[in-house]
Amino acid sequence: MSGTINTSEPTNVQAKDIYRSREPLASNGFADFIQETLALTKRLFIQLQRRPSTLVAGIIQPLMWLLLFGALFQNAPQGMMGNDLSYGQFLGAGLIVFTAFVGALNAGLPVMFDREFGFLNRLLVAPLASRYSIVAASAIYIVALSFVQTAAIIGVNALMGAGLPSIAGLGIIALIILLLVLGVTALSLGLTFALPGHIELIAVIFVVNLPLLFASTALAPLAFMPQWLQLVACLNPLTYAIEPIRYLYTHPQWDLSSIVLQATWGDVSFGTSLSILVGFALLTLTAIQPLLKRRLA
Amino acid sequence: MAAAVLIQNLSKSYGTVPAVKDVSFQVNHGEIFGLLGPNGAGKTTTIRCLCTLAKPDSGSIEIGGVSVLEQPREARKMLGYVAQEVALDKILTGRELLELQAALYHIPKREAKQRIEVLLEVLDLHSYADKKTGTYSGGLKRRIDLAAGLLHQPEVLVLDEPTVGLDIESRVVVWDFLRQLRASGTTIIITSHYLEEVDALADRVGIIDRGLVIAEGTPSTLKNRLGGDRITLRIREFTPPAEAEKARHLLSELPCVQAAIVNPNQANALNLVVTPDPDVLMTIQQSLKAAELPIFGISQSRPSLDDVYLAATGKTLLDAELSAASSRDLKAEKKQSMR
Repeated sequence: MSGTINTSEPTNVQAKDIYRSREPLASNGFADFIQETLALTKRLFIQLQRRPSTLVAGIIQPLMWLLLFGALFQNAPQGMMGNDLSYGQFLGAGLIVFTAFVGALNAGLPVMFDREFGFLNRLLVAPLASRYSIVAASAIYIVALSFVQTAAIIGVNALMGAGLPSIAGLGIIALIILLLVLGVTALSLGLTFALPGHIELIAVIFVVNLPLLFASTALAPLAFMPQWLQLVACLNPLTYAIEPIRYLYTHPQWDLSSIVLQATWGDVSFGTSLSILVGFALLTLTAIQPLLKRRLA
Repeated sequence: MAAAVLIQNLSKSYGTVPAVKDVSFQVNHGEIFGLLGPNGAGKTTTIRCLCTLAKPDSGSIEIGGVSVLEQPREARKMLGYVAQEVALDKILTGRELLELQAALYHIPKREAKQRIEVLLEVLDLHSYADKKTGTYSGGLKRRIDLAAGLLHQPEVLVLDEPTVGLDIESRVVVWDFLRQLRASGTTIIITSHYLEEVDALADRVGIIDRGLVIAEGTPSTLKNRLGGDRITLRIREFTPPAEAEKARHLLSELPCVQAAIVNPNQANALNLVVTPDPDVLMTIQQSLKAAELPIFGISQSRPSLDDVYLAATGKTLLDAELSAASSRDLKAEKKQSMR
């Protein structure tokens, strides 16, 4: 037997050749973190490339909403949504935010499957610079995916006559999506490590999904809602992502002090909305720290 | 020089169920250490604690003098771990998996590329490297997993049941490969519930039962310490208990027989411990003939590792395996392995 595990063809490479040098590798905390995060992100994108169905469905679904749900209210009296908006124009902003929200809510699923299949153990026995690279990779992946979905919705919405926000406006939309996705991804990953398995995770996603949509201003303006629902919608972070985007669609002129929402607790400006989203992302990212520490430390 | 691995008074419970009660053993540099025990004895839990996947309730673990509990990252760098259940991302190719693994161990890209080539060559994986691991056979999966565990050139390679589910031929190939790794200076720890695997491979062995190490040493020391030869005697193919008992009583009287038991798990065959003496079989045969008892089969052997286990626990490894199989909660075990 030659020095290989090979039973068929002999070769001259042997087990001892595996140990080329016993020199320890140089270690640099930050560079290591970048290297592992990029490798983990790459894995997610390879998966996406070979199994693109989630992305395809993730683009088709909001477009169906736009077409069908938009058509449902096509004959609503002009001006019902305020500011002589058509329902299609009104709905666009809601769908952008809802799509990003659903994508981020599902961010934990691949990690949950890694937990269940034991692949996560492979990552956990490795000398990762920080196990937050696992979290970071998920976030980067979901943010990128959300941007693609958002671009698709904005594009189709423009073709349907809703118009296009300015370049600066598009930048702000990207920022809003980024903040929302970060916050919700953190929440989803928190659930992933708190719940026992993917069945439970899917159940929670299922239950949370639509109520948060209905209890926001995605499908109807605040003025349409009974008082109690208005209260709930004003506590819903989705509302603070939807309203600034909607404002961008309808107002060519805007600045951080523009009032985008008359909430039950007072007027909300563009700047306040953004601050609320930053606060939401910080809050969830902080809230899951103890859980991640316990599971990943 | 510190021991390659030093585990002292390790204990770990899952809820109220103690998985490991008090485990201590030492693994020397460059040896293959076999952790032998029936399923559910605590082998995997011990390994999980060693590999920083589970936190012990008490006790200490050191790898090359580095505390696993205090410096887990340093310990992980020295450790290669090949898990019992191979977890591969089935959508990645073998090469992509190894590249990911290399990045997780912070091996520079060029260096990683060279190492991957060598490993693919040594483990004869070249023709499969660019196929998705989801298409791999059981043997291929083991090999790619082994390659992943060796990529960072670990000082200590830990393999949890490395040959479970492999055919005899592949098993021998893995054994051969591990021997070569040892020759290149790698310390190897394997767990197994196959006696012959540990006997064939391990320089030293720790026998673990119900969360305790019940014996530790080289296989030959452990066996020689027992003394005496083993005889398995079957009166009939299926011996009636009364007849077996009669034979046991008869043979216990003989001066060359040190101990005799009736083993209900072997169709009431008699397990005897006898003084090593060439005439002992004849003496037994004559004694049975005089009592008009037939002989279906009789065999004599030197003590095996199973006898070491039998002497320490009062049951054979197979018996322990069977009783453990019925009392295991596989679902709960799966949950423990999830993080």
